[in-house]
Amino acid sequence: VEQVAAQTAPARREAPLSGASSRRRSRLPLLDRESFLGPVMILPAVLYVLALVAFPFGLSLYLAVSDAKIASTTTSFVGLANFRIALDTPTFRRALGNTLIFTLVSQALVLVLGKILATCLTKDFWGKSILRFLILLPWVAPISLGTIAWKWMLDSLYSPVNWVLRAVHIIGPNDWPMWFGEKDLAMAAVIAVHVWRILPFATVIILAGLTSIPKEVQEAADVDGAGFWRREFHVVLPLLRPILTVAGLFGIIFAFTDMTVIYVLTRGGPAQATQVLASLAFFTGILGGDLAGGAAISLFLFPVLLVVAIVLLRVARRAEVT
Amino acid sequence: VTVRTRSMRRMGQRAGLYATVTAFAALLAFPFYWMVLATFKSDRDLYDLKNNPLIFNARPTLANLALLFEKTLYLTWLWNTLLVGCLVVALTLILALPAGYALARMAGRWGERLGIAIFLTYLVPSTLLFIPMSRIVASVGLQDSLWSLVLVYPSFTVPFCVWLLMGFFKSIPRDIEEAAMVDGCSRLRAIVRVIMPISLAGILSAVIFAFTLTIQEFVYALTFITSSGQQTVGVGVPTNLVRGDVFFWGSLMAACLITSLPVALLYNVFLNRFIAGFTLGAIK
Repeated sequence: VEQVAAQTAPARREAPLSGASSRRRSRLPLLDRESFLGPVMILPAVLYVLALVAFPFGLSLYLAVSDAKIASTTTSFVGLANFRIALDTPTFRRALGNTLIFTLVSQALVLVLGKILATCLTKDFWGKSILRFLILLPWVAPISLGTIAWKWMLDSLYSPVNWVLRAVHIIGPNDWPMWFGEKDLAMAAVIAVHVWRILPFATVIILAGLTSIPKEVQEAADVDGAGFWRREFHVVLPLLRPILTVAGLFGIIFAFTDMTVIYVLTRGGPAQATQVLASLAFFTGILGGDLAGGAAISLFLFPVLLVVAIVLLRVARRAEVT
Repeated sequence: VTVRTRSMRRMGQRAGLYATVTAFAALLAFPFYWMVLATFKSDRDLYDLKNNPLIFNARPTLANLALLFEKTLYLTWLWNTLLVGCLVVALTLILALPAGYALARMAGRWGERLGIAIFLTYLVPSTLLFIPMSRIVASVGLQDSLWSLVLVYPSFTVPFCVWLLMGFFKSIPRDIEEAAMVDGCSRLRAIVRVIMPISLAGILSAVIFAFTLTIQEFVYALTFITSSGQQTVGVGVPTNLVRGDVFFWGSLMAACLITSLPVALLYNVFLNRFIAGFTLGAIK
């Protein structure tokens, strides 16, 4: 029988590979079977993610409908009370508004500046590799440490930023902005520092998108006599849309859920002017000891994450199809 | 005449380009220049309002560095960070290497889906999970200990590295391990002997990113750890070098500089792979 099988082997090779290999697979030792080995290799990572992402997430849902405090050992169910309390608190509503402003303004700036910088980086100029390294620094350095440098650069007494602004006569000799003392200035400061930090990330992503646009497309636009703006808006930006979406979505997540910049720079002050959801959750849940209240506040981050995840999935699927 | 106007326009464009990139470089890199200045400035120079803050007005000094290394726990924090980083990287590789490989090779269509699902968990931020995590850390008795970070940090390094490695393994032709298996290797042997050596670049980039992600982490470290001796650099420096309203600016900036530069240099080498991970295949 085996001889017959050997003779028909060339014909079998024509058959779909999967059929042939699955027949062979059943005779393989357990660890060589893909149907066994595959799940075994994937399982530890999945279990870990379930235990330390999915389980804590479930726990935060549970905490948010309880009355848990840091010191308490027993908790009871309170329904949606924590969410209602949060929504009724002016501080929370302030933080929600601040989070939206912080996210939208910083992302708009990041995308526009990132596009400009990425366009510059597609050109050749002297010192490009140095520049590439320099512009990466803010993204790569530990956030809290980069931010603390800004805390000093915007210091009420020794600010070199103010010193330069005065030296070039943008502000008068008697002006000395108190960056963390006035509400609008404080917001501008945290946004600026966040833009500073995220810009490198957006730039390298957009740059990757720009370099993937075929040169012929640009040249064709040139031949057709398209001017700079026309080419930008009718050729480059439409082609760049998927990548701008990706950069923008990640940027939205980074901004919407960040508390490091704000914690280090202003602690949410002055008078809650820069308090955001994430920092408020920290102050309420960890420093204030109100675990339930903090968990409820941070869950308000979730709807935005969900929307971003769905859009990202659609982008990934479209990339898969084409 | 047209040639001349064109060449003038080109010169204008060049000038504009250089002006723009110089402005960006100044904006992005200035804080690091500021760190360098502050690290070596004497207090007398730092805190004199009449001085031009952008240059050295007095002789540079090493006093700030001496203070940082001798009077603070900076070296302890560095060591803690390094320890946590290495342990987290090891754990991450143990979990993510097999998963990344299996998702790329053995799981077919649903492997793709599962891979994306795991990547999406990377989007769940620490600021959403830190309150339940603090509960979990307390219930396993790890509060105020470096081990809490070792336990929790893989929750963001594993999803990212699984994704990164999955992409990397997909780029290796299947023929390579199939050839090894035809030669009589078992599947596992083929993976260890044949696939791992040629994947070193991909594995190394996963190592670098897992490591830099742990160095940069702030929220969990701030939440779980209160005693200075157990802190990491990111939290130890900004919380301990500030006493009330007194900022030890010189030493603070020295610490920022010394910590940031090596990370930046490492990162720069692996940038392209990092981009490939984040663009989700939206670039071909």
